[in-house]
Amino acid sequence: MPANSGHFSFLPSHYYLTPLKKISAFFMCTCALLSNAQEQPPFNPGHISGNVQILWQQYSEDTLIGANVPPEKSGFNAFGNVNYTRGDFAAGIRYESYLSPVLGYPARFKGTGLGYRYARYTKDKLEITIGNFYEQFGSGLLFRSYEERQLGIDNAMDGFQVKFLPFDGVTIKGIYGRQRFDFDSRLINGEGIVRGFDGEVFLNDAFAKLNEKKTKVTLGGGFVSKFQEGGVYEKDTLLLELPANVGAYAGRVNVQRGKWTLYAEYCEKINDPNADNGWIYKNGRAGMVQLGYSQKGLGISAGAKVVDNMSFRSDRDQKLFDVPVNFIPAITQQHTYILVATLYPYATVINGESSAMGEIFYKIPKGSLLGGEYGVDVAANFAMANNIDTTGLSGLDRAIDGYSTNAFSLSGDKFVRDFNASISKKFSKSFKAKYSFYDLEFNTLTTPVTTEFKGIVYADIHVAEFNYNIKPKHTVRWELQTLFTNQDKGDWAAALIEYNFSPHWFVSVLDQFNYGNPDPAKRVHYLYGRAGYITGATRIEVGYGKRREGIFCIGGVCRAVPASNGLEIVITSSF
Amino acid sequence: MTLVFRTADSYFNSIPIMKNIVLIIAAGVVALSSYSQAKVPSVKLKDLDGKTVDTSKLTNNGKPIVYCFWATWCAPCKKELNNYAELYDQWQKETGVKIVAVTIDDQRSINRVAPYVSSAGWEYDVLFDPNRDFSRAMQVNNVPHTFLVDGSGNIVWQHNNYADGDEEELYKELKKLSARK
Repeated sequence: MPANSGHFSFLPSHYYLTPLKKISAFFMCTCALLSNAQEQPPFNPGHISGNVQILWQQYSEDTLIGANVPPEKSGFNAFGNVNYTRGDFAAGIRYESYLSPVLGYPARFKGTGLGYRYARYTKDKLEITIGNFYEQFGSGLLFRSYEERQLGIDNAMDGFQVKFLPFDGVTIKGIYGRQRFDFDSRLINGEGIVRGFDGEVFLNDAFAKLNEKKTKVTLGGGFVSKFQEGGVYEKDTLLLELPANVGAYAGRVNVQRGKWTLYAEYCEKINDPNADNGWIYKNGRAGMVQLGYSQKGLGISAGAKVVDNMSFRSDRDQKLFDVPVNFIPAITQQHTYILVATLYPYATVINGESSAMGEIFYKIPKGSLLGGEYGVDVAANFAMANNIDTTGLSGLDRAIDGYSTNAFSLSGDKFVRDFNASISKKFSKSFKAKYSFYDLEFNTLTTPVTTEFKGIVYADIHVAEFNYNIKPKHTVRWELQTLFTNQDKGDWAAALIEYNFSPHWFVSVLDQFNYGNPDPAKRVHYLYGRAGYITGATRIEVGYGKRREGIFCIGGVCRAVPASNGLEIVITSSF
Repeated sequence: MTLVFRTADSYFNSIPIMKNIVLIIAAGVVALSSYSQAKVPSVKLKDLDGKTVDTSKLTNNGKPIVYCFWATWCAPCKKELNNYAELYDQWQKETGVKIVAVTIDDQRSINRVAPYVSSAGWEYDVLFDPNRDFSRAMQVNNVPHTFLVDGSGNIVWQHNNYADGDEEELYKELKKLSARK
């Protein structure tokens, strides 16, 4: 080793590039690639894109609201996707950090590392993905792999996905792999293997004769099966042999003609004793039908759904949000006003429920007596869910099958009633107002949003929202919400005021006050302020104050986000 | 001893040819990737009829397309699309733009899309992205997120969030595009 140079020289000196040689080499490389562009089709270097979300929360002591302060005193959830695409080829990764996960997120997620990686190629009507992917068959009743990052939901598949489009209007999909279960400085998949296929035909494209027909019909169907090492379960005095393979199939039809749409799907799951259903072998079934009518100024939607023993996971021992194979969303409307959305949110009871809903949107025409100068928007929605009608079995039958299900009826125990209506009117170019009313009946025994009150909560909620343009680009929006109930935590009030300076700035203050709590010590104000800057695809937001405990429910089980107090910074961006 | 304890970094930089090659490649990639503008990726979505559409093959006769990602539960998204509805006729006359409203409503709210769109009187093309495949491909973090695509399929402008008055920005960008031709 030469003693004079100060670095390790393993190549003869003429391999080293002098500054002149460096510049020439760079110039020649670029020219070669560019001149390539002139002689042949332009060289395509591909494209890099991605997005980032960073959430940091700081936690302070706050005995008034029972604030949770973990040892780290802060939570950090972040992820970044980087994707490369070039023609028919794409590949990418997602890097994630939970150091430690923010309060309310699955506490077992930890560390920092790769959580997602894939490569995808499309050629000759075939698209193949290797690594991680998301996919949905039909409505998701049979199979849905998806992400809802803010809520900590992610059952991404890890394996292979094939999509084949042999003819116009025909799509065939195949999937094989494991589901994401946990994260510990790297992706950790669940135990079970999920495999399945799905086919769909849009008849009007597939058959030339039907191209111009007014009625559009889509037919689809699929089969999914999961494998997990068989086992034995001791129940009463029986030793049950747990099946290693569990299969499910589904069929669906979508018909659209003029102003009408009809969608129906049926799914059946065979032999799946699991932790959710009390280890019974009864088949699971679910059916849904949805009807829609749409014309200018009026829209109507109505539907019914039955779910019976439909917890379908790739690991029979898991519960709550872990490794579900299918997706059965709540029949109730997704609410966004804070008191309506985060106190009594309903979620489908996957072991069994019968539900129905109806909704209407109507725009009172402008110029009419009630419509005024701009028209008035009116909407109403009613949703209900009850227990399915079942007959308990006895003896051996009870141990094996649990119960038998009777015909569809809405007479079982009440799970939820959600009726709401709203009216929205623009009074002038700069002033708009909206009033909404909610009448909720919520069974806390079936959807345990709280352990303190067990029974049906009857709540009435009123919300008034106003929007005023002070001057061009300067808008102020404010909301007043009140919730009245004699059960659980009693009455609430909330007020929000938000100032927007288009296109970059916003600032808002929110207060939630549980003034009607039977316990005077819990009549607390949850004051929270936030401000943000937005430009292009980037958003930076800073928040400070008391964060109220909230509930988020899925499949009839709920996860609580504990109360906390402190600073929050959120950065989202894409490139 | 000193050789053994040298950090990886200093070792790497002590090999001149390696440092130079990395610089050259890096500079090349930077120079060349600025050539390729983001194009709308290819994802298969369904329209209101149930027919499958390839997003990379959507055209508007060389005129611009605006993609608005929205959902029936997203109030600022509905405000944005309702505000654009009042200006749509004028924008179309001046620039020939087409607005495509891509909904990320999943099974919970997908059935309200068509009735809501009709009652609001929107004349946009509507595409369904229930499993967020197109949103992922376009790097959408949250809705609303709006993209302006030129006549050749290049994404020339984008904006996330919506506040009253943001339509002025989009209008300016539309005029810029039309002026280019």
